Amino acid sequence: MTLAFLIALPIAGAVFCMWQRELSRHFVALLSTAVGHALLVGSVWMHGASAVTLGPLFAVDPLGLIVLSLSSLLFLVAAFRAVPYLLHATHDPKAAPRVFVPCLLWFLAAMTVVATTQHLALLWAAVEGTTLATAPLISFYRRRGALEAAWKYLILCSLGIAIALLGTFCLGVAADASGQPASLLVNDLRRLAPFVPRSWLVASFVLALVGYGTKMGLAPMHSWLPDAHSQAPSPVSALLSGVLLNGAFLGILRFYQVTLAAADARFAQDLLLALGVLSMIFGVGLMAQQRDYKRLFAYSSVENMGILALGAGLGPLALAGTLFHMINHSLAKSALFLLSGNILRRFGTTQAPEVRGLQEAIPATAVLLVTALFAIGGVPPFSPFWSELLIVRAAVVAQHPAIAAVVLFLLASGFLASIAVVMPMLRGKPSNSGTAAPLESWSSWIGPALLCGALFTLGCYYPGWLDRALGSAVAQFLPPNR
Amino acid sequence: MEEAGNTLLLLVLLVDLYAVSTSRIQGCIRASALHGVLLAALPGTLHGHLGTHALVIGLGTLAVKALFIPHFLMRALRQVQIHREVEPSVSQHRNLLAGTCLVAFAFWLAQRIPVPNSTMPTLLVAVALATFLLGFFLLVSRRKALTQVVGYLMVENGVFLFGLNLAGSMPLVVELGILLDVLVSVFVFGIILFDIREEFDHIDTHALRELAD
Repeated sequence: MTLAFLIALPIAGAVFCMWQRELSRHFVALLSTAVGHALLVGSVWMHGASAVTLGPLFAVDPLGLIVLSLSSLLFLVAAFRAVPYLLHATHDPKAAPRVFVPCLLWFLAAMTVVATTQHLALLWAAVEGTTLATAPLISFYRRRGALEAAWKYLILCSLGIAIALLGTFCLGVAADASGQPASLLVNDLRRLAPFVPRSWLVASFVLALVGYGTKMGLAPMHSWLPDAHSQAPSPVSALLSGVLLNGAFLGILRFYQVTLAAADARFAQDLLLALGVLSMIFGVGLMAQQRDYKRLFAYSSVENMGILALGAGLGPLALAGTLFHMINHSLAKSALFLLSGNILRRFGTTQAPEVRGLQEAIPATAVLLVTALFAIGGVPPFSPFWSELLIVRAAVVAQHPAIAAVVLFLLASGFLASIAVVMPMLRGKPSNSGTAAPLESWSSWIGPALLCGALFTLGCYYPGWLDRALGSAVAQFLPPNR
Repeated sequence: MEEAGNTLLLLVLLVDLYAVSTSRIQGCIRASALHGVLLAALPGTLHGHLGTHALVIGLGTLAVKALFIPHFLMRALRQVQIHREVEPSVSQHRNLLAGTCLVAFAFWLAQRIPVPNSTMPTLLVAVALATFLLGFFLLVSRRKALTQVVGYLMVENGVFLFGLNLAGSMPLVVELGILLDVLVSVFVFGIILFDIREEFDHIDTHALRELAD
């Protein structure tokens, strides 16, 4: 039942908002849905994930639970930030505040289905649903850049996702060929994987990797990502980077689960490694030439998605570190995008050279910005340091010392590139351009502060429940006992 | 039944080639409506019997892909009042040639990777791949945003055709979910299209290149 409520709650909220014209009721629906969703996810943790199922299509497994919890948590943080943001946006004649909350809630509903479904075709439908729900959010301000970004996003991601559906059907054909009754449920497919024709298995993984990889922002299919992340309103950017990309990564991981259950999955690992390193190179290379701080953070997402793909490609040894890094990246990047919204509000520009005196103008944002930047850059004692260390260590253990060296070099370069852009923003005298709000209200920095606090805590103390959660998620990738 | 199925598949292929070679946007939209009709008829014809499941999906496909979407696109076309409704950069002969090459490639590929123990006609995979590739081609080779939407729909149709190979049919709710996605996607495409038209005064995607590194 919990699962039915989890999916129905955001849908009910979205439908309610589509009938209501009053913005204040939208806010009530948004906040109560966000809180209710988070409480329900909390109750899933209490009950133990395996107890929560709904029909044959839905079940919360340890892997899905991680994605679900992250989505719910970050949605809660972004929802509270979205309210003052939206009130401010009502002064903009071009913006359409009434689509904002319904789209956010549809996005949460689709993300919940992504995280909880066990059926690969339904997973596909839900990932496409997240694209459709977020496109109107990206074009929210209806400026030229925003519309261009939204169009690119729709075309590229829909097309990429269509390729993933082709991959899904290939897997279905492969399962049919094994001569046993088959469905597209992950566990059925894992059971059948050793008996399916290899060529179809390879084809399905490659197509799914290209398809979901586009949505995840892996190079060279990443070109929509910096545009969409930089043009979207900041709470939406935070959700895109912290939640949406994980959903696409989950799609790849589901196919990876099936592929690993077959005898030889070397090709899948090599492909993930190659795409991962390529994405890191693209991400860091383009970070080095950014003057726009939101695009800088977007390319940092490309880099981090590369780290995730690479970590997955290193095999089960690195998977715990990879999933841990997924959590860390989501927390840090959501904080960064929410903070970038504060800077944009105060200075009215996303060009870093035009922003000066951040420390004096909005001190709390400045401190948190540096904290989150150091965290995602892999500086101890923050938790990304540990997850990156785990991945690099796995690369060395797996006899890939060259990859380990390249990753270390790219991580350092990416960190330096982002520092080089952000540090000059802090000093100097603040200019008074933009819609100057003289006082920095606590509501603008409390969410990022909590996220930075979580990064610091997880860096200093690795709780047992998290270790168990990651451990049982990794166990889902090991060959099933037969 | 095999005969009827093959005929329908060949018709799908002909409509594909028409969509790629025509330079009029109306032509592309009509092609996608015809696709809708053919796709609605195909599952029942190929499986040889008509259960509730096939009936629901067939009627749903007919309503969404043959009626609603073409109607919506035609209305969008009238509302944005595209002055030059002819794609400026289209050479019909060259497109037809490129399209034929893609079809040949699809047939070659389908021959190389036969679907194991399939009860479906061998033509199915070839036509599915051809539709997929031609849709892709339409999407990348045209400038007008509406034509790109038609290209996306063709890609989707190609995947739908390929999905008919699955012996154990999918749960109804999943298939309806996929159909709903197509419906909503055209809707969202339309919304953004209207906004683009408001802001730019046209829907030529070549002008959408402000954002770059």
